[in-house]
Amino acid sequence: MADETLLEILKRRGISRRGFLKFCAATTSLLALPPSMAVAVADSLGRLKRPAVIWLSFQECTGCTESLTRAHSPSIESLIFDAISLDYHHTLQAASGHAAEEAREHSMKADWGKYLLIVDGSIPLKDGGAYSTIAGISNLQMLQEAAAGAAAIVAIGTCAAFGGLPHAQPNPTGAVAVSDIIKDKPIINVPGCPPVPAVMVGVLAHYLTFGSLPDLDDLGRPRAFYGESIHDRCYRRPFYDQGKFAKTFDDAGARDGWCLFELGCKGPTTHNACATTKWNGGTSWPVQSGHGCIGCSEPDFWDAGGFYKALSTPVDSVTGAAAAAVAVGAAAGVAIGIANRQRKAQARAEHQTVTIEDLEK
Amino acid sequence: MSAMELLLWARGPGLGIAVAIFLFGMTLRLFEIYSLGRKTDLAAPRSPTPGSGWRTVFSRSLPYQGTWHRSGLTVITGFVFHIGLFIVLLFLLPHIKLIHSLTGLSWPALPTSLVDLVTVLTLIALLVVLVHRLMDPVKRLLSGFGDYLAWAVTFLPLLTGYMAYHHLLLDYTLLLALHILSAELLLVVFPFTKLTHTFTLFIARWYNGDIAARKGVAS
Amino acid sequence: MSASLEKGLNALREVMDAPIASFFSSCVHCGMCADACLFYTETGDAKYTPIYKLEPLRRVWQQEYTLTGRLSRMLGLSKPVSDADLRNWSELVYDSCTLCGRCSMVCPVGNDITYMVRKLREGMSAAGHAPEGVIGATKRTIELGSPMGVKLPALQAQIRGQEAETGLSIPIDVQGADYMALLSSMEIINFPEYLGALARIFHQAGVSWTLSSEAFEATNSGIQIGASDIAREIVGRIVTAAEKLQVKHVISPECGHAFTALRWEGPNLIGRPYPFKVVHILELLDELRTSGRLQTVGKEDAPLTFHDPCQIVRRGGVVRQPRALLGEVASDFREMSDPGVWNWCCGGGGGVSANERAEHLRLTAFKRKKSQLDELGVHTMVTACANCRIVLEEGLEHYNMNVKVVGLTELVAEHLVEQEAGK
Repeated sequence: MADETLLEILKRRGISRRGFLKFCAATTSLLALPPSMAVAVADSLGRLKRPAVIWLSFQECTGCTESLTRAHSPSIESLIFDAISLDYHHTLQAASGHAAEEAREHSMKADWGKYLLIVDGSIPLKDGGAYSTIAGISNLQMLQEAAAGAAAIVAIGTCAAFGGLPHAQPNPTGAVAVSDIIKDKPIINVPGCPPVPAVMVGVLAHYLTFGSLPDLDDLGRPRAFYGESIHDRCYRRPFYDQGKFAKTFDDAGARDGWCLFELGCKGPTTHNACATTKWNGGTSWPVQSGHGCIGCSEPDFWDAGGFYKALSTPVDSVTGAAAAAVAVGAAAGVAIGIANRQRKAQARAEHQTVTIEDLEK
Repeated sequence: MSAMELLLWARGPGLGIAVAIFLFGMTLRLFEIYSLGRKTDLAAPRSPTPGSGWRTVFSRSLPYQGTWHRSGLTVITGFVFHIGLFIVLLFLLPHIKLIHSLTGLSWPALPTSLVDLVTVLTLIALLVVLVHRLMDPVKRLLSGFGDYLAWAVTFLPLLTGYMAYHHLLLDYTLLLALHILSAELLLVVFPFTKLTHTFTLFIARWYNGDIAARKGVAS
Repeated sequence: MSASLEKGLNALREVMDAPIASFFSSCVHCGMCADACLFYTETGDAKYTPIYKLEPLRRVWQQEYTLTGRLSRMLGLSKPVSDADLRNWSELVYDSCTLCGRCSMVCPVGNDITYMVRKLREGMSAAGHAPEGVIGATKRTIELGSPMGVKLPALQAQIRGQEAETGLSIPIDVQGADYMALLSSMEIINFPEYLGALARIFHQAGVSWTLSSEAFEATNSGIQIGASDIAREIVGRIVTAAEKLQVKHVISPECGHAFTALRWEGPNLIGRPYPFKVVHILELLDELRTSGRLQTVGKEDAPLTFHDPCQIVRRGGVVRQPRALLGEVASDFREMSDPGVWNWCCGGGGGVSANERAEHLRLTAFKRKKSQLDELGVHTMVTACANCRIVLEEGLEHYNMNVKVVGLTELVAEHLVEQEAGK
């Protein structure tokens, strides 16, 4: 079994070659590669032998794994994932305790320098990393050790990519992203809470096919998936341009599918592929189901001023500052007013009657 | 600092600081003006004048026909960019939401594409205004650093807003952050430049109208 | 001989008020006031932009009456107004401004620029930067009683002349008369017909009137030079005489700034309202006309136009009356372009006509009136201000224009229904 290729594994699980090619074509287009590359993708993916992948889960909720694996019917994505992964994965591996950790160490040793390290969850740094340990090893230590032998790291989910929810104010555990710790390895950020399954697979497929990182944006995200904003790709965009907005979640505008900007949609500042790939096998996605984008694939989305506040509105109330400013302005105004009146009164007091003798120097 | 962090700063602490400086400054200026007071006019007015100052507050918005002929370019560009600014500021939905969140007041928005067109016209008018200021001997003589600063802080929010909407040159998030920051710069600079005229012109017009009306002239 | 920069600046500190602060706070440097000013339109020189003429006043306000200005002054970031600055501004404040008020009508933010020029002149005169010619006129007014040096004997001679001309007696120092008439020295010297016209009109209308031997001069150089202390003394003479004769009304003559001085500035100068009313002669004539006491016969057939004296019309509110009176005595009255409160100044108001060094500039500025007249093509121009009349005549002569200038009161008097003497 260890020598089976990916295509063979898929076949054994009931996926036809035709189905696999369809998947490859879809992935190719998701990656914004030319269609002719589909064959190359299929070729290299198909011949791929189980690459060693180590998946480390730190401060996370398992939502990212859920997103990939929990499908109503087994999807190609989940099967591929299953096929290529799992020398070590908390949720999915059968082993536990010391046996599990041994498997990880064994795999690291065996494929040192070649394995792909996938991380989900943030890493707590406060109090010596005491807030999250596995088998008595702090997340920080485990990450550093595993990263040392990795060919590349994929930070899956917003927690691993940007710190995510654990990082949200007041960040009690001192949570940070993978990229805050590891500086000497290529890192691909695949943020989202959770990320779109096809995106996760697409990124892996790209790496596995080409052996290189896809084109990344300044936040380390693959441009192919994160290059455009939700807003730009949103099917409700025409309503924004026409000025038609839902005012509440149950008004006529909401029923007619008008733009959700007023209800706090963060689509304009969120980069992700939801609007194009959708979720649950292309069934729907948050905006289609009537809720604004919460911006989960962006840094600090949890602290970005409230999910239901329009993007153009203040994050914090300015009322207090405004009232104080008016009060201070009035006080300064009264002070300068008194000083001005004194100056004028003094000028009046110093006034010497002007006579015709006083018109010349 | 990432674009998102910049945006959050602009929507959070930045806005608070800018609004505070703006309100502090404008309150100060109004106190400065009114505290100087003026002497009661002892000359009997030609006729009772209540409301006359108010009439001029409105009537000065429209130029005398002779002024159209003599100062045409100033009048036309002035109208275009002022009306344009008000439309963009007051009738783009994101702006209405901002005003609503600050004051609780709200009104219907105009279609975004219309506001977009108005923005282009306003930008063009402002460019003409700048060139006119640089070329015309009178305007050049009267202009100093403050005039060009006031122009720049008026132009930038429009430009960045336009660029953000059309995704020009930079990422939207960064442009939105820059747009909000430029508007905050406008607020900060506002009370300490000629931009104060937005409010004080009503005081000035009122005094002018009152002084003239006491003599029986509609000014 | 004691004018000084410090006195000048002190005067500017004294006059600063809320309107001035609001005006400077509102100026957007649009330059539209330049297009409203004949000294700019006829020269094209940017320095004649009205708001620019106020730089010294603006700097004093900014540096001494605003928080930011006070701070920057403390930090040495701004230079205080110097004596040289004021000297350099003298031409702009006196020679190129007639206080005509047209800029104040045009300013889109509503700045009353004229109001501020008047205030700035307080500082300029106290600092010794008023023009020699205007200082001379002011001195003569205080010392001799009139800016042109006209004394009572000269008036008495003109009275005798006009009495002979009209066959009517001209009352002087009559206690309890309804109206006390005033004259401008230009009228006494150049246009004594005005006095005769008054006598004939008042005789026909049955108006009880008098002149005062103590205060017959209406003009007020103190207003023009911008020295309120001096203006107070001059206007005080009229108030004292009127109160002494216990008249009910004082008639301002056909002189623009005299009307402003007496009607609008006077009570504020002496610090109390008058116990009498001030009317402009045109207001009185129109009142007589509407009450049927002024009967005219015949009309001028030649086309004629009306030059609006700034201080009477735009800054005085007597807009309708001259047109109503012209309607009685002229069959072909034609308005100039920009009539009424929008008319252009003759170029010699606000002390400019007394200011010799401004003569060339004044004649250049007259091209505005010239083009208005050329456009209209009429050869008779009626006006109601002796100073306008002199300045217009000089301008017309300078440009060799065939236009006759007529005083409105005299024109009305010429058309009075003839009555038998003594009736």
